[in-house]
Amino acid sequence: MRWLVILAAAAFTAASYASDVGQIKNLSGAVHVERDGQRLAAAPGMGVKQADVLVTGADGSVGVTFLDNSLLSLGPSSTLAIDRYAFNSTTHDGQFDASLKRGTLAVVSGRMVKRSPDAMRVRTPSAIMGVRGTEFVVKVDEPAR
Amino acid sequence: MVAVLAIIAFIVVAHQFSAPPVSPPAPPPAPAVAPGAELVVVLPSADGHVGTVIVESQGTRTVLNQPYAAKRIGRDAGTTQLSEQEVKSAFGAVLGSIPARPALFLLYFVTGTDELAEESKGELQRMLTELRRRPAPDILVIGHTDRVGSDADNDRLSLMRAERVRSSLVAQGIAAERIQASGRGEREPLVQTADGVDEPKNRRVEINVR
Repeated sequence: MRWLVILAAAAFTAASYASDVGQIKNLSGAVHVERDGQRLAAAPGMGVKQADVLVTGADGSVGVTFLDNSLLSLGPSSTLAIDRYAFNSTTHDGQFDASLKRGTLAVVSGRMVKRSPDAMRVRTPSAIMGVRGTEFVVKVDEPAR
Repeated sequence: MVAVLAIIAFIVVAHQFSAPPVSPPAPPPAPAVAPGAELVVVLPSADGHVGTVIVESQGTRTVLNQPYAAKRIGRDAGTTQLSEQEVKSAFGAVLGSIPARPALFLLYFVTGTDELAEESKGELQRMLTELRRRPAPDILVIGHTDRVGSDADNDRLSLMRAERVRSSLVAQGIAAERIQASGRGEREPLVQTADGVDEPKNRRVEINVR
């Protein structure tokens, strides 16, 4: 019985991974999405899912709008993992965790942050950013001047 | 002593393995050592409001809440104030790629019907113009009613209004699969009224264009 419950929970988790949490709205240059070990060419209108990794080439950039109206964009030579995304469109409760591995990221926070200030976190290799209803940019491995 | 520790370690490990996988795994904690320099900058938002970013790094916590306040991590570590120009030259490409802001449109209706009120016809045109500016729009259409009539009738009427807007968008060449229509009946009045009041501002369809 217990195993049935665990299996059902695992199946539910898998199902929730499968749905789109955002959509690519604009891009230029080389951009791809790593999903389930596959490398998919990105295009405007393509869905973004939890656990996706967005990667831009040296000439690439991409903009994504999420279900709660959070907006993210990546500049050239950037890698961003969507670690976790959950949003309830009725209550506006949710959780958004993303990790910038390299490159540049711009963030415009959305409805879930208005509802609960701790809902969104952005990680870099050496920091964690909590977002309180704002717009900000992050750069990892800033080149020496 | 060693045996006791081994048993405790075994119990801890076994406990971890038996935990059911009910929620997605938490992201790994950030490593303590920075592999390179990082920079975080708070921007004024499109409406001029400045929010707050709290940066936690190597055991310190920094609050950034002024326009273009910045924190460097790693090389030249510390908090600093950048100019708008410095931010634009360092982040030009990424700032230029932020998607178009979601836009909200409100259309009003003739009482008891799915006929668009005369004053809302211009707004419908403005929405179509906005839609055509976006390369890959997705559109959320939510119908509402005033508080005249039964809940069941209003649920039906609110959905009819949303579907009517949806079909006029499809007739204008917007792909049907990009539009989600739903009805909320009289549950979310824009103007709070007593039951039975035919408040025109509540007979509406909200359209969220992203």
